[in-house]
Amino acid sequence: MSVRTAQFRSASAQAVADPKLQTALERVMGHFTEARAHAIEEFPGDSWEQLRERASAIKAHTLEHLDYYLELVDKSVTRNGGHVHFAADAEEAARIVLDIAKQAEAKQVIKSKSMVSEEMELNRRFEEAGVEPVETDLGEYIIQLAGETPFHIIAPAMHKSRQEVSALFQQWLKSAPTNEIKQLCAIARDALREKFRTADMGVSGANFVVAETGTVVLVTNEGNGRMTTSLPRVHVAISGIEKVIPAIEDVSLFLRLLPRSATGQRITSYNSFVSGPRAQSDEDGPEEFHLVLVDNGRLNLLRDPEFREALKCIRCGACLNTCPVYRKIGGHAYGWVYSGPIGAVITPMLTGVKGAKDLPYASTLCGACRDVCPVKIDLPRLLLRLRQREAEGDPARERSSTWLERMLMGRWSNAVKTREAMERSARLGRFLQRPMERSGRIRRLPVPVLSGWSRGRDFPPLARKSFAQVWRERLAQEPSE
Amino acid sequence: MRAALCATCLVDQFFPEVGEAVVAVLRRAGVEVSFPEEQTCCGQVAFNGGYEREAREAALRFLDVFDGSEHVVVPSGSCASMMKVFYLELFEDDPALLERARSLSERTHEFTEFMVNVVGDTAAAKGFEGKVTYHDACHSLRELRISAEPRALLEQAGAEVVEMQDSDRCCGFGGLFSVKYPHISTAILEEKLANIEATGADAVATTDCGCLMHIRGAMSRKGMQQRALHVAEALAAANAGEGA
Ligand code: SF4
Repeated sequence: MSVRTAQFRSASAQAVADPKLQTALERVMGHFTEARAHAIEEFPGDSWEQLRERASAIKAHTLEHLDYYLELVDKSVTRNGGHVHFAADAEEAARIVLDIAKQAEAKQVIKSKSMVSEEMELNRRFEEAGVEPVETDLGEYIIQLAGETPFHIIAPAMHKSRQEVSALFQQWLKSAPTNEIKQLCAIARDALREKFRTADMGVSGANFVVAETGTVVLVTNEGNGRMTTSLPRVHVAISGIEKVIPAIEDVSLFLRLLPRSATGQRITSYNSFVSGPRAQSDEDGPEEFHLVLVDNGRLNLLRDPEFREALKCIRCGACLNTCPVYRKIGGHAYGWVYSGPIGAVITPMLTGVKGAKDLPYASTLCGACRDVCPVKIDLPRLLLRLRQREAEGDPARERSSTWLERMLMGRWSNAVKTREAMERSARLGRFLQRPMERSGRIRRLPVPVLSGWSRGRDFPPLARKSFAQVWRERLAQEPSE
Repeated sequence: MRAALCATCLVDQFFPEVGEAVVAVLRRAGVEVSFPEEQTCCGQVAFNGGYEREAREAALRFLDVFDGSEHVVVPSGSCASMMKVFYLELFEDDPALLERARSLSERTHEFTEFMVNVVGDTAAAKGFEGKVTYHDACHSLRELRISAEPRALLEQAGAEVVEMQDSDRCCGFGGLFSVKYPHISTAILEEKLANIEATGADAVATTDCGCLMHIRGAMSRKGMQQRALHVAEALAAANAGEGA
């Protein structure tokens, strides 16, 4: 997916000014957060907390020994009769998948949801190679027709109204207009059923890859994942290298955490376990199975002890749903595949800090994301670390904080060195603010950086007397009662 | 009981009346209050901006300023978090300083938490009349896990406490964030204001002067009738027999 992180400011401004988008965000995010809270209430005492602790520990352990577990995945999948491919970046991953398609003489490919394939711009690559890709997750299908990218990790088309969906279906599927969700689903189902029957190859993502057994675990609600992985002759699963977990016993823990965190469901409608191509005794299933494990910047995160924990992410979307910023600007403003707090952390690390310099700062650091993350990633801490590297200048990267901001920070630093310096700065401030002050408030603050405050908010003038002065003059003498 | 007041730079320079209210409430509860005058800013501004070196300098100064204080009371959840939680991270790799940071962390209290858990005098204030809704300041809530204390204090002061929807949702301040991304910050704030208004409360109270400045700033701009108060102001007003 092309990187548009540099347009964060204008894209986010557009989003907050779009009433339709605001309504959609309020409705869907409100529903997800409520459903999640409800689902977690069922856990007595600190038992939910314990699940999170365990999941976080398993992820930490796996990442610590990722080389070992990746090798184990390779062995297990091969033992099951499948093929494992390692791709250093998105480009190589796309080439690998296209090669498999070519070998299999595939003309039609069906896809179930895969965020990594968005990193690879796989649909575009297929089209350029003369292969027709069809997304089969309803949300993904809608945005594919619309020519857009996912708006949310688990609800890619949540920003589309029924009317818009109907218009898309009329345009592309020649269907009759309708605003009934049931009918819209039926239209999509009819169109997709045909594709399922005729596709030569199925491409899926992976929620988890079990090292010990070589199993790809898919968590879906529509059943499209199961059809994608079982009907076509060839199945290609694409996964980031961080999706590996050690053993099949670990799956149940993650299956308890993931749907509850994501949609508030106790369990999703379909949980598919795919362990290689059809065996001789199987009646159906693909003849070929490939697992493409993609790095695309993840090893850099892994090698960086301060950021490694970001790889624990199971892409549940809970941090997006609860984030006050995401809830106002939605997913597209973040400019790449991943949005919300986790996107703000990994996008700069995976696509380069320079283009994504807004993302680490576009957070109030309120901490709501950290509280809901099922694998306990300390997202605010990671955003802060990104800011630190920016401010201090990372030898590996270019500094992106502005000189103006650094200058102001230097001023501040001097002003708070001693009480006397602070009083001196305040005296100057009180003098300068006089022309701006009207009946106890400042409406416009013509000071660089701070001027943004004037939008929708008055600024309090510096008090006539600082608290320290008040203390000296009046309070210090008063005895306690 | 003795406590040193850490006024925070916002109270010191913009909201001295909040500092006065804190002193009044503490004294009424029998606490001997001091104010080490060399204090300036805890360093949070720099820390949140990623300026760790500057933040460390400020933190070092605070370690000195509050060295001998039995308790340090802070009328701001985010500054208290800075001193209780983030100083420990700043001095992670220096055992001697970490030891001092740990000591300060243990002695530091956010104001409402101090009143309830250390002074144990939740009934210090009485006679408040009016309907108040409490906004959970993010750092008070998620770094210090303070949510019952301010509500209890307000209630026992006589206020009718009504819950707003999503009281635990950020007000959109976020320090530098509020000026760097004013369009997002104010969009978040709008929702908070609507939730406050929907309660029909006369005032919104909170434990952080950042949120206070933010919410007050918008209320003043919009000419809203409600007031935005620090919890300490509500309690001091209660003692003085005023309402919201
Ligand atoms: S960071 Fe945590 S909350 Fe956010 S998507 Fe990943 S697992 Fe879910």
